Amino acid sequence: MLLELALQTCGLSLSYKFLTAIMRLVILEDYDQASEWAAKYICNRIIQFKPSQGRYFTLGSTPLGCYKKLIEYHKNGDLSFKYVKTFNMDEYVGLPRNHPESYHSYMWNNFFKHIDIDPNNAHILDGNAPDLQAECDAFEKKIEEAGGIDLFVGGIGPDGHIAFNEPGSSLSSRTRLKTLAMDTILANAKYFDGDLSKVPTMALTVGVGTVMDAREVRTHLVLVACVFSRLVGIDTGIESKEIFVLQVMILITGAHKAFALYKAIEEGVNHMWTVSAFQQHPRTIFVCDEDATLELRVKTVKYFKGEH
Amino acid sequence: MPSNKSVSDAPIVQFTNCRILRDHQLQRARARQRRLLAVSQLEEQLYSGRHRSARGRRCPWDPLCPGSMSLGQGRLLLVLQMIRELGVCNCPPREDLWVREGKILNPEKLFFDEKGSADVQLDCKDSIIAPGFIDVQINGGFGVDFSLATDDFKSGIDLVGQKILSHGVTSFCPTLVTSPSSVYHQISVRNGGAHGAGILGAHLEGPFISKEKKGAHPEHCLRTFEAGAFQDLLATYGCLDCVQIVTLAPEMRRSSEVIRELTKRGICVSLGHSVANLSQAEEAVQHGATFITHLFNAMLPFHHRDPGIVGLLTSDRIPAGRRVFYGMISDGIHTNPAALRIAHRAHPKGLVLVTDAMAGMGLAPGRHTLGQQVVEIDGLNTYIAGTKTLSGSVATMDTCVRHFQEATGCSVETALEAASLHPAQLLGIEHKKGTLNYDSDADFLMLNDSLYVQATYIAGEEVWRQDVSGM
Repeated sequence: MLLELALQTCGLSLSYKFLTAIMRLVILEDYDQASEWAAKYICNRIIQFKPSQGRYFTLGSTPLGCYKKLIEYHKNGDLSFKYVKTFNMDEYVGLPRNHPESYHSYMWNNFFKHIDIDPNNAHILDGNAPDLQAECDAFEKKIEEAGGIDLFVGGIGPDGHIAFNEPGSSLSSRTRLKTLAMDTILANAKYFDGDLSKVPTMALTVGVGTVMDAREVRTHLVLVACVFSRLVGIDTGIESKEIFVLQVMILITGAHKAFALYKAIEEGVNHMWTVSAFQQHPRTIFVCDEDATLELRVKTVKYFKGEH
Repeated sequence: MPSNKSVSDAPIVQFTNCRILRDHQLQRARARQRRLLAVSQLEEQLYSGRHRSARGRRCPWDPLCPGSMSLGQGRLLLVLQMIRELGVCNCPPREDLWVREGKILNPEKLFFDEKGSADVQLDCKDSIIAPGFIDVQINGGFGVDFSLATDDFKSGIDLVGQKILSHGVTSFCPTLVTSPSSVYHQISVRNGGAHGAGILGAHLEGPFISKEKKGAHPEHCLRTFEAGAFQDLLATYGCLDCVQIVTLAPEMRRSSEVIRELTKRGICVSLGHSVANLSQAEEAVQHGATFITHLFNAMLPFHHRDPGIVGLLTSDRIPAGRRVFYGMISDGIHTNPAALRIAHRAHPKGLVLVTDAMAGMGLAPGRHTLGQQVVEIDGLNTYIAGTKTLSGSVATMDTCVRHFQEATGCSVETALEAASLHPAQLLGIEHKKGTLNYDSDADFLMLNDSLYVQATYIAGEEVWRQDVSGM
């Protein structure tokens, strides 16, 4: 515990020496534990914020396994979403809203249905709006009116994209319409019965610039040790400490994301790997699993694990 | 929480903590969720119980690694993972039932389109929620006989409609057996509510049936339509506006014309009280018949060279896209459980549970009237007075559902659908009755695990509830 505390303090001061923002690598055992870690983090952040009438906690969020845990906390009475606003970061264009693969359906079935969030506070881009750019601009405005995003949680693609900011996106971009890259379409095909022609080719997405604005950007790297059950991570006691000032959380799990993680952490800021932009953000947490670190240098992994 | 009602101001009720029968499946039961939770907790204990090796590694599958858990424990972990995976595979997760203005509401549309939320939340305490039962063959009950000519017909039908709510029946077809013409055309269609179950229309069983298989029907009232075919039928019944089902014997001359005419008017034609062979029955189906009245009873028995009407269950001459339904009285008396199982296994999607209840249902044992005859009740058995001919039943619909489930060993979903979805499909009303799909009528029941009805709802309003003291 003490060691981890020291690590974080080091990490904090280090952040001002290195170009990279503080990147805590939280290594957890498996995907479930990673989800739980992320959920506990979100839960604690919301509770610490003490949201109430007129004081909303804004969450920018994408599909995560931690939804189940958040719902559990809600059902246990530990967490209420009454004063939480959520902004989803993307949505397909041209997909009917009630299609099982649309993000509206996803969020409803996996999250909104089970919690007490006010429907007026759940914002998702409308991929079927008559004027898509106006829809994007309106979304940006809504974020601004909500006072910006308190905590942004997301995952990355194998090509290092954050939201649908595909390689080649401007790092100062705002919410807009994007054509999906082939990598993304291939990755998504499994949700559309493997039929490439059914996968939407365009999507509305928040821009890199929009997320960089987030007051707290937590990049949540969830390292999952698949084969060996190693629990080298932060146990629950840590979450309650005020050390977490990071505001972006990104989950990166699986060997297929390893190269993207390498590009994000060990290489420079690069618009071809848009998640690397978060090196510039003051507060970032990557949570990842063992497999995702496969392309990192042993030195880097050891450093973040505290094993010198 | 604000309720933005852009579509309607009516209150929205959300039934929580329940297991809904939807898409032929019941949702996950709480006991199962508890088991899953227990499995994960056990796994957690196993993981944390392992003591760390020198390098902080835990390796349940490597017995050589120092400080690892034993092989037995490792295997237990694998088994637990398998249990957990099996446990989460097929059962859909829980949903709540949302109701507004007497219809089942789609909560996702409410959330995204109207930004609305529930006005009232009712905890169903883990009950099963199933569509209300539909009884398409019920001759009376509680002393009331629908086929008896009386001035007080309306109050009789109201009484029965009100009493059967406690059996889980939310819609029914009052059945008139072979009777003099004056008895017909007294039934009118009406919606259900607190006053009683909804009336879908009359089921006219006879008088165009076979003499040899009249059962409890009085012989002097039997008729044929040889002379004028459909006109004869019309003359007997009078108005056909409120008729939903007609049972006739297909071997009678000119039955094909009659069946075609009736089907054209949207009336369901049922084969029963007949000595037809399989070809005659198949021909009737080709002309439009879709139902068999109380299978096995009042028809020729199954024979391996001429299966008769029973053969329709597996006939290959049914027109494409059509399904033949068959009524079964599963009170354990009208049909031997083995015969019930044979029929169910041969054609499970066509089975419609009916009560064929008569005036004695709900009454004490003794003598009562059925149509133009006197019958005797002895427990669940009813006979024509002085004989051993069965005449109708006194079983209630929920008893039939329970007996059906026990006798066939089928799933709870199948048993419930046989009394709700299948009759709705038979009558062509499954878009609004017989299911809990969005936008269908909110006629549903709350049942416990043993399939005893705890509460009945029609159009979203509670119309009956089981007395806590135990009725």
